[in-house]
Amino acid sequence: MELFTNQVLAGIATGAIYACMALAVVMIYQAIDHLNFAQGEMAMFSTFVAWQMMQWGMPYWGAFALTLVFSFVGGIVIERALFKPLANAPVLTHVAGFIALFAIINSVAGLTWDFTIKQFPSPFGSSPFLGSQLISTHQAGMIGVTLILLVLLFIFFRYTRVGLAMRAAATLPESARLVGINTSWMIALGWGMAAAIGSIAGMLIAPVVFLEPNMMGGVLIYGFAAAVVGGLTSPLGAVIGGFLVGIFENLVGTYIPGVGNELKLPIALALIITVLVVKPNGLFGRTIVKRV
Amino acid sequence: MNCRNFLRTAALSSAAFAFLAFSTSANAQKKYDTGASDTEIKIGNIIPYSGPASAYGIIGKMEEAYFKMINDQGGINGRKINFVSYDDAYSPAKAVEQTRKLVESDEVLFVFGPLGTPSNTAIMKYLNAKKIPQLFVATGATKFGEYKTSPWTMGWQPAYQSEGRIFAQYAITEKPNGKIAVFYQNDDLGKDMLKGFKDGLGDKASMIVAEDSYEVSEPTIDSHIVKLKASGADIFISISTPKFAAQAIKKVAEIGWKPMFFQSNVGSSVGAVMRPAGIENSQGVLSLAYAKDALDPQWDNDEGMKKYLDFLAKYAPFANKAESSALYGYGQAQTVVQVLKQAGDDLTRANIMKQAASLKDFTTDTLLPGVKINTSATDFYPIEQLRMMRFTGEKWDVFGPPIDSKLGG
Repeated sequence: MELFTNQVLAGIATGAIYACMALAVVMIYQAIDHLNFAQGEMAMFSTFVAWQMMQWGMPYWGAFALTLVFSFVGGIVIERALFKPLANAPVLTHVAGFIALFAIINSVAGLTWDFTIKQFPSPFGSSPFLGSQLISTHQAGMIGVTLILLVLLFIFFRYTRVGLAMRAAATLPESARLVGINTSWMIALGWGMAAAIGSIAGMLIAPVVFLEPNMMGGVLIYGFAAAVVGGLTSPLGAVIGGFLVGIFENLVGTYIPGVGNELKLPIALALIITVLVVKPNGLFGRTIVKRV
Repeated sequence: MNCRNFLRTAALSSAAFAFLAFSTSANAQKKYDTGASDTEIKIGNIIPYSGPASAYGIIGKMEEAYFKMINDQGGINGRKINFVSYDDAYSPAKAVEQTRKLVESDEVLFVFGPLGTPSNTAIMKYLNAKKIPQLFVATGATKFGEYKTSPWTMGWQPAYQSEGRIFAQYAITEKPNGKIAVFYQNDDLGKDMLKGFKDGLGDKASMIVAEDSYEVSEPTIDSHIVKLKASGADIFISISTPKFAAQAIKKVAEIGWKPMFFQSNVGSSVGAVMRPAGIENSQGVLSLAYAKDALDPQWDNDEGMKKYLDFLAKYAPFANKAESSALYGYGQAQTVVQVLKQAGDDLTRANIMKQAASLKDFTTDTLLPGVKINTSATDFYPIEQLRMMRFTGEKWDVFGPPIDSKLGG
C-alpha cells in the first residue's frame, strides 16, 4: 500500500511535467489546428536563453520575465517567417516544416551550449514538501504554476475578445474573417503565446530532468499523450490528462510485470491511440460538429 | 661518338639500376596498406557529435586536437596523422554508413575510437570481414575484447564486467548481510555490467532484492527509484549514463534514502554528473576509476597532469577540465600514438593489430598511478585495473590499491 501511494505521488509529480507541456500543446492547437512537433525544442531553447542570462548574472525572476518576452516574440517571428508563407499549403508541408524546425533548433542549441547536462535553478527550492519526501517544493510549485496557467488560459479563451477571436480563427477561419477578425495575426499571436507557455514549461521541467538539448524529447511525447487524453481543445483536460498519464505510467510500470520497464514509452503512445479510437475528442474535449 | 654514346647509356642505365635497387630496398623496409604513405597516416573515427549521446562528442574533438599537437611536433616517424572523424549521432545505421564511407571512400588505414556499444556492434562484423582494425573502441562492453571471434577489434577502457565484479567484491566485503537494489540502463551497458556484478557476487547473488531498468527515452526516472527504495535495500548500484546518473543521485537524496551507493564509471564525471546532481547530494557516493581527475588538487604537481593541462590550454581551449570525457579522448589518442610509434615503417593493418596487442606496461599521462596498459595476442583488454573512489567534498577521493578484475587472459 505504501508503494502504491508513493507511486501515485511520484506520478503526480511527473504528471505536472506532462501537464505543463500539454498546456503549450493545447495552446498551439487552439491557434493553428495542428500539433507543433518543434514545440519541445522551442521550449528547450527558451530555457537555455534563461540559463544563459542567469550565467551572465541576472537574477532568476528577471531572466524568467525576459525569457517570456523573448519566447513570445520568437514564436511570432517563427510564424511570420516560416509558416505564414505556408498558410495555404497542405498539412503534410506543415509537418515537414515542424520537423525541420525541430532539427534546426536542436542542433543550434547543441552548437551554442554543447550537450553536457546543466543544472537549472528552481525558484521553489527542492526540500521535501509538507513532510512528504516524494514531492519536493519544486514539484509542488510546478503544480501550482500549472494550475495558475490553466486558470489564466481558461479566462483568456472564455472571456476575452482576443481569446474568443483566436478560437474562432482556428476553428472557422472563413466565418471569422467575415466578422472582421484578422485571422493571420491571430495565428501569429497563438504561436507567440504557445512559445511563451512552452518556455515556462521548459524552465519548470529543467530543474528535474536537467537542461540539455534533448531534454524535451520524451517529455513532448508524453505532453502530446496528455493533451490527447484530456482533449486537444481543453486546457483543463490537458492538465488532468497530464496527471493521469503520469500516474497511469507509474502504476503500470510497477504492477504489471514485464510491461513496466521496456514498455513505458509505448504506454504513452498506446494511450494516444486508445483515446483516439474510443473517444476521439478526449475526455474533456468539445465535440466538433461540422455542418455539411 | 659511339664510345661517348655507349658511356652515356651505361651511365644512365647504371644510374637507373642503382635507383631501382635503392627504391626496392626502401620498399622492403616500408610496408603500407591503404591509408598509409611516406607522408601520411589516415585514421578514421565515428563519434556522436549530435543526438542523445552527443555529450561524448568532446572525445572526438580532443583526439583531433591531440593529433594536431603530434603533427606540430613533426608527426610519427615523419608521417602526419590525418584524422577523419564523422558524426554517427549514436545511431547504428548511421555508424555503418559512415564507417563504409571511411573505408571505401576516404580509404583510412584503420578505424580508431568509435564510440558506443550499439554503433560498435553494428560495424564490428563489417570491419572484421574487411580485416580493418577497429582499434580502442570507446565502450566497455566485454564483447569487444574477444580475440578469437573478432581478431580485428580491441577495447580500451576497463570492460563493464570488470567494473561489475569489483563492485560486487567490495559490497561482499563491506556489507556481507546487505540487501542490494540494482538500477540499470536497459541496453548492453547495463546488462553487461549487471552480469559482471552477479558473477562477482557468485553464490551471494541472493543479496540482490530488487532490479529495475530504465530506457534512455524516459524523461524522468523517479518512479524507478521510489520502487527500488521500497524494496528495503541498503546497497544501491546505479549503472547509468550521465543524465540519468545525475537524476538518480538527486532523487535518492531527495527521498531521504541513504544506501551504500555505487555509481558506474560512465556516469561519474564531476562536471557532467556530480555537480548538476548537487554536491551535497553526491557525498559518499562510491565509484571506480582508472584515470586521474583534472579537478583533483592532489594531481596539481603531477607530471602527466601538467602535460595534460598545458595541452588543454594550447590545443583544446574549448574543453572544460571538469569533463572526464575530455581526459578520456586524450588518453585514448596517446595510446594509439604509442601503437603507431611501435609500428614504425610497417604500416600494414596486420602490424597495427599486432602492435596494439603488444603493449607492455604502457601508461598514459592520464591513468592513475599503478594502472598499466598490458595487451597480448590473447589479451585484448588494454585497461583492466581499477581503483575504488568515494565522492568527498567537491571531488573523488581514490582509496585502496589498484584492483585487477582478471577478465582477460
